[in-house]
Amino acid sequence: MSTGCMTVALAGNPNSGKTTIFNNITGAHQHVGNYAGVTVERREGFRRFQGQDLLVIDLPGTYSLTANSLDEVVARNVIIDEKPDLIVNVLDASNLERNLYLAVQLLELERPMVLALNMTDMAEQAGLKLDETALQRRLGIPVVGLVGNRNQGTDELLQAVVDASATHAFHPFSVDYGLKIEMGIKQVLEALKTLTNLKYPMRWLAIKLLENDSDVKNAIAGIAGGDKVLSSVEAIRNKTTVIVGEELEIAMAEFRYQYVGEVYRDFVDSRARTEQSVSDRIDKVLTHRIIGIPIFFGIMWLLFNIVFTVGEIPKGWIEEGVKWIGGTVGANMVEGQLRSLLVDGIIGGVGSVITFLPMILLLFLGIALLEDTGYMARAAFVMDRVMRAVGLHGKSFIPLLLGFGCSVPAIMGTRTLENRGDRMVTILVSPLMSCSARLPVYTLLIAAFFSESMAGSVLFSIYFLGVALAVGMALLFRKFLFPGATEPFIMEMPSYHIPTVRSILIHMWERSILYLKKAGTLILTASILMWFLTNYPANVEYVKDYDSAKVAVTEKYDAPTANPMLAQLDKEQAAEKIALSYAGRFGHFIEPVLKPLGFDWKMGVSLVSAVAAKEVLVSTLATIYSVGDVEADSQSLQEALAADPTFSPLVALTLMVFTLLYSPCLAVLAVIRRETNSWKWPAFSFVYSTALAWIMAFIVYQGGSALGF
Amino acid sequence: MKKTLDSLLPGEKGLISRVTGIGPVKRRIVDMGLVTGTLVQVQKYAPLGDPMEIKAKNFNLSLRKTEAALIEINLTGGNA
Repeated sequence: MSTGCMTVALAGNPNSGKTTIFNNITGAHQHVGNYAGVTVERREGFRRFQGQDLLVIDLPGTYSLTANSLDEVVARNVIIDEKPDLIVNVLDASNLERNLYLAVQLLELERPMVLALNMTDMAEQAGLKLDETALQRRLGIPVVGLVGNRNQGTDELLQAVVDASATHAFHPFSVDYGLKIEMGIKQVLEALKTLTNLKYPMRWLAIKLLENDSDVKNAIAGIAGGDKVLSSVEAIRNKTTVIVGEELEIAMAEFRYQYVGEVYRDFVDSRARTEQSVSDRIDKVLTHRIIGIPIFFGIMWLLFNIVFTVGEIPKGWIEEGVKWIGGTVGANMVEGQLRSLLVDGIIGGVGSVITFLPMILLLFLGIALLEDTGYMARAAFVMDRVMRAVGLHGKSFIPLLLGFGCSVPAIMGTRTLENRGDRMVTILVSPLMSCSARLPVYTLLIAAFFSESMAGSVLFSIYFLGVALAVGMALLFRKFLFPGATEPFIMEMPSYHIPTVRSILIHMWERSILYLKKAGTLILTASILMWFLTNYPANVEYVKDYDSAKVAVTEKYDAPTANPMLAQLDKEQAAEKIALSYAGRFGHFIEPVLKPLGFDWKMGVSLVSAVAAKEVLVSTLATIYSVGDVEADSQSLQEALAADPTFSPLVALTLMVFTLLYSPCLAVLAVIRRETNSWKWPAFSFVYSTALAWIMAFIVYQGGSALGF
Repeated sequence: MKKTLDSLLPGEKGLISRVTGIGPVKRRIVDMGLVTGTLVQVQKYAPLGDPMEIKAKNFNLSLRKTEAALIEINLTGGNA
């Protein structure tokens, strides 16, 4: 037995149950990160089996190994660059023919490999008789049957892995591509002889060059003498294409399938069936022509309620808890800058990070359920026609819907989108869905400036504006930022499964940890910065000498009379302090820009501070209008706003439009940074949405004024 | 009788005679196992008429009509 750690790469089709097997092998000993420079997840786990340490890498699930998809390039580069000691190819035994197509491509990479036939129970149910030893003989590699869902066969698989590593033998393998293409391969191999130190298996390299694989071509171009080889390969490729009479990569794929078909027929006693399975019968209902859409909306309604209504309960506890900790710490500390930093900055900041946690956990519970049962593909199937109208994929619908609750889970939910363009556009427009944090702002302003009979219509038009602009921006972004053909919608509809509790819990847990680690630290930093901007400079020169005024009040009156007066003085002082803070100065500074929208510096400060979280707009307004700490439905703030001559129903409406559209809150910007792996996109999101907000607010205010409102 | 896949009715089946189109789309179709000679059956169309769901090689696949139009079919038998 070899010593040291052995690396095992897990490869397989999506829906082959690869991740379940990965979880069975590694249990809780796993780690999720990203591959360098790309947003493809890299999942690693550790296992000790019979004294042998195993490092297991879960490769992205792919159907093929072309350079057309990022996942596929990542998967094969791990195999080529990191040279894992062994590849374990997980196959769905009930869908073996297509799964073997990837197996053949993996074998062409000439690394030691073990086949894991998963879901053998399903295959048997479907009437397929599998002869594992025949397959083993035919392909020359170990084959193990197992049922991942019930954790059966995991030890047998590990045994095969350890045994295979002991021999370290690679069984030579090649697909016969037919006389004409084989001749081309031979010629390319000849041309490649001039190059030395190639990290690739030679035959594979020749095959990929004939397939015109862009990634491999780039790699060769980077080697000394590579350009010359490439031009002679190009000539060989053109000549062979003429002889074959078809694009080579297609012809070669067909040869692979032909080979796979032979292997498959040899060892599976298959009745060629297109008969209807249990899954098809479930589908008859769930994607039914007429009730399919109502069922879809029912399931979405349930998801939405689980995430936001159920999530609201623990969220409330956490908020209370944070408030209590803040209060306790505050009560036990001397008043001053340190206390303010700790209570308002750090505890408040950490609080705003963890208050999202219940929603994130529930969201990923919901998404894991939808994905693991197989319904996610059906949802995309049902909604694709609608989403395509705005240049998006069927799967974009779910994140956009979640955006009405909170953009943080919405953006994290875009992970289910495989195509980068689809995903980026969805990320950029989902903050336009009016999230629940904006609602307190609307209710305050509507209550202060609109009659009860108008309230519903005003609120609806705000939400509607968000959706309409999301559609418009999605079309624009598709056209100008992510142009070109969208990924073809060719999607497997996996059989329905009952998911395992274990895989769902692991799924939920790792996503939440990622959120806490990456987005959490950013949100905290930003909250402290925001605290600084609204609280500094510390020593401002007040118009009024509040300290001596307070002393005078205390001396002149007895406590019952003095206390309300003192409280009033505190509020006035707080109002003046925020006006003189950096945020306040910034509010004054940007006032000229906001003038055409009918806003003054007070709205400016509120909008700046509300980048921390949109509902902060209400509390900042309360501070400025010196009405103290209030809830959105408080009468005093409504009255104070109504009494301010700057405000009018039109200004209130404009402010709502601006609040709806302008920069997403810090938490969302942090999540965009985390999900896109770049600062460019949160910056872009900030700029475009703020510009959009200004333009729309300008149209509303100036248009409204012109019409005499 | 020759038809493209998008013109088949639910329940109709046939053998793929040719895949037209170019580049990644064609490659994707072929990678998913829709090669010449494969038996496919139309399962259904989505509630809004597009995309469609087919069965091939023991698995179900959904694709948009624009992609299905690239797949030429030789009909075998009528409604199964």
